Amino acid sequence: MPIGDVGPEIALALAAVAALLAAAFLPQSRQPLCAGIALLGVLAALLLGAQQLTTPPRLGFSGSWALDGIAVQARLLIVLASGLCVLLAPRWLADDRRHGEFYSLLLLSALGAMMLAGAADLLQLSLAVLLSSVTGYTLAAYHRDWSISVEAGMKYFLIGAFANALLMVGVTLLFGLLGTTRYDAMATALAGAEASPLLLIGAGLCVLGIAFKLAAFPLHAWLPDVAEGAPVPAAAFLTVVPKVGAAVALARLVGLFPVETLDLRPLVAVLALLTMSLGNLAALWQDDLRRLLGWSSVSQSGYALVAVALVGLSPRAEAALLYFLLGYALANLAAFAVVAELRGRTRLVDYAGLGAIRPMAALVLVVSLLSLTGIPPLVGFVGKLLLFSVAIDGGYAWLAVAAVINTVISLFYYLRPIGTVYFGSTRSAVAVLGGSIRLSLVLVGSALLLAGLAADWLLQLAVTAHLLALID
Amino acid sequence: MLTLTILVPLFGALVLASGTRLDARRARLCALPFGLVPLLLLAAAWVGFDGSAGAPAFQHVVDLPWIASLGVGWRLGVDGISLSLAAMSALLFVAALAWPQVLGARARHWYAWLLFLQGVSLGVFLALDLLLFYVFFDLSLVGMYFLIGRWGHDDAPRAALKFFLYTLAGSLAILLAILGLTLGDAPLSFDMRVLIERQPLDGGGLRATLVLLGFVFGFAVKTPLFPVHTWLPPAHVQAPAPASAILAGVLLKMGGYGLIRIPLSMMGETFARHAPWLAALALASILWGALVALAQSNLKQRIAYTSINHMGYSVLGIAAAGSMRAGETPARQLALSGAVVEMLAHGLITGSLFFMTGVFWQRRQDYEMAHYGGLAGNAPKLAAAFIVAAFASLGLPGLAGFVAEFQIFAGTFVLHPWMAAIALLGVLVTAALFLQMVQRLFFGTAPQGQPAFADLRGVELAVLTVLLALVLLIGVYPAWLLLPIERAAAMIVGG
Repeated sequence: MPIGDVGPEIALALAAVAALLAAAFLPQSRQPLCAGIALLGVLAALLLGAQQLTTPPRLGFSGSWALDGIAVQARLLIVLASGLCVLLAPRWLADDRRHGEFYSLLLLSALGAMMLAGAADLLQLSLAVLLSSVTGYTLAAYHRDWSISVEAGMKYFLIGAFANALLMVGVTLLFGLLGTTRYDAMATALAGAEASPLLLIGAGLCVLGIAFKLAAFPLHAWLPDVAEGAPVPAAAFLTVVPKVGAAVALARLVGLFPVETLDLRPLVAVLALLTMSLGNLAALWQDDLRRLLGWSSVSQSGYALVAVALVGLSPRAEAALLYFLLGYALANLAAFAVVAELRGRTRLVDYAGLGAIRPMAALVLVVSLLSLTGIPPLVGFVGKLLLFSVAIDGGYAWLAVAAVINTVISLFYYLRPIGTVYFGSTRSAVAVLGGSIRLSLVLVGSALLLAGLAADWLLQLAVTAHLLALID
Repeated sequence: MLTLTILVPLFGALVLASGTRLDARRARLCALPFGLVPLLLLAAAWVGFDGSAGAPAFQHVVDLPWIASLGVGWRLGVDGISLSLAAMSALLFVAALAWPQVLGARARHWYAWLLFLQGVSLGVFLALDLLLFYVFFDLSLVGMYFLIGRWGHDDAPRAALKFFLYTLAGSLAILLAILGLTLGDAPLSFDMRVLIERQPLDGGGLRATLVLLGFVFGFAVKTPLFPVHTWLPPAHVQAPAPASAILAGVLLKMGGYGLIRIPLSMMGETFARHAPWLAALALASILWGALVALAQSNLKQRIAYTSINHMGYSVLGIAAAGSMRAGETPARQLALSGAVVEMLAHGLITGSLFFMTGVFWQRRQDYEMAHYGGLAGNAPKLAAAFIVAAFASLGLPGLAGFVAEFQIFAGTFVLHPWMAAIALLGVLVTAALFLQMVQRLFFGTAPQGQPAFADLRGVELAVLTVLLALVLLIGVYPAWLLLPIERAAAMIVGG
């Protein structure tokens, strides 16, 4: 497998190192240059990744690295989302002495997520989870003088340590039972294997380990705290990027187990149901926008799990997963970009009447929340449409019905900020950060609408994204 | 042509939303032309509509790809039913745009949202693609949410939220049903013409029943039928008058229209099997709506509940039309065309009634009927208009309501005599409640110490005259309207 297959990863790694070196030597006023370096890395990774869109699916690096449609597209999405997060940071961190290092951590974390998306070996998977987690803890607690940020990092770390331990036990069990950690060899071994309780436990623990990165039930508790306490650019990043990688990794793992021997899909379906319901119910009465977004993104993970549960049962499951993740990523980034633009104002009451004073920020917020609800023609609608159709198509109609009921419940809390923004009134002036944040606001806001209207083009791309078939 | 009907108001909404320096008067003048274009285009479509025997069911068809890989397209087209409903809606929107409304500082946005709502509402009636239909259906909720929440009075955001929650629940049920109807049928297509041809789920079975249930639930919420009507009264009472008129005149029609266009046309066999239940639900709405309306002392609430009653007639007609697959064709045609005319008549009549409640609100900020009386002397024009609308609503011959109700009852009587008989009780109660309302507001003596009440003024009078003239025209000379509708009805029920 040529080294060019990991070109995007190398670009990000180089940019991370360059940003770190620059941060060590530049004076604080010049630290925003590191953002430029990071953006260059992102751009290079995007270009290199786009070239892979046409490569035929294959395994590389001794079978540990999958380069199939879903991995390529998910990695592009990860890079894109990371780039948008970079845009949020320069003004936000302008007063921070460790400004430049932030970008290097962010890129390394993105690298971990990309590895997750491509992992085709349990050890590679563990490595990816660890890289993405360790950097994530630091990003969450970056404001080390602010107790809420430190608490968020702490909680993330504790739950993460627990989840990583579970994952390791699971990996060990599977390795012990199947004699290999490579997915292709595992698939061969599983094809003739008998289901055993130990196998189920091993697989279940691996699912839980990845569920932590997705913030799925029961390892979801870190997400609302991170959304509330982490620096807003980091919060935007951590609620989106690791999830994309983790969802793909989970889909790959679930697809590995044949329906006849050991079907993990019902387990994932139940997790999906619990995750979306819990996230929704907890979000209902939040008076803090960032916590509300945090809980909402827990529930959105539940929807993503619906597509994961249908992998192999419906031919469009991967497309639905990718498209849904795209919509979710754009909408969540847009919402956090608004929070960043408004200097992190977070209490819902402080948003009253924003529509009159800051119409653009208000509009982007409303559009992002409506997209999260799934109102057409925004991108979130197409994602949910695919999700429902995949669920009905694959014989999980009850899950589609549950998702619909959850959508109705979610409308209730998505409308609360919208109502406050447009129906409330305020006289106080609103301070904004502006700069590159505004750029990202405009970019992502228009993308929400365009990606819905231009759904055809993106869908044609997404339907080519299948998981690599490991058994002929 | 139909594409422009949708896009012009949407473009107008964009212009108004982004234009910064417009006071209320100029915003209205700027919005009106955008609102008039669809009406003119639809009038042209009506003139160009081929009503002869051999003509295709859907005309003025536009078919452009949108999400080709899912079989979704920008497909528009009209038959007699959708054309008449769309034209009536366009007219009501022009009336709502012209209606003088005290708006305060953010008038520009009011007109922008109204134009937005016009574009998407017309889209619902013109769409020939199930998914496109759904998109417009959902967007109409968003538009109405902002109109009620922002410009309503009292606890408007709460009423708007309740409206959005109920109807979104309904519309998601519709989405699931749409997916259930279309999936598993190769090649995947959301084209209504294809689906009507294919009748995908006519084999019966659990899936067909569930899909039908999804559609019926979704459209019942929108129509609204008992017992999922509870969102309607607060939404109506707290919305500003033009928004109420649009809500009653246009948005409620989407429920009935959807029932005709989708389950009745696309899964006729299954619909026929379950039609008696739908008819029973319609009966419950007729009686419940009428009785509860009679008990209201709040003017707007009373009219809101009569909407439930009237939409019940309409759904009764639809259920009767779909109640069997063969035989009794003339009766079923009659019932279906009656249902459509009822929707049109209700749009015009209740639309004008709600506009008139706006007159009461702007003069006094009070809907309590007990606080009024003897207005016939003070405001004779308002009294005349109100009396015409009230009589039309209770089904007096010579007015539009009668044409509709006669057809529905005649059609239903042949198919389900008992149901028609019970439904007639509803007519008695409505007659009582409208007469009582007219008597309380306009005759008798005014309560002591009430200030004078100004009569209708220029634009108000003009708007109501146009709407009520149409009511009268349909009442005395319905043929021009009935021809295209009856043809479409014949296409749907066969024969």
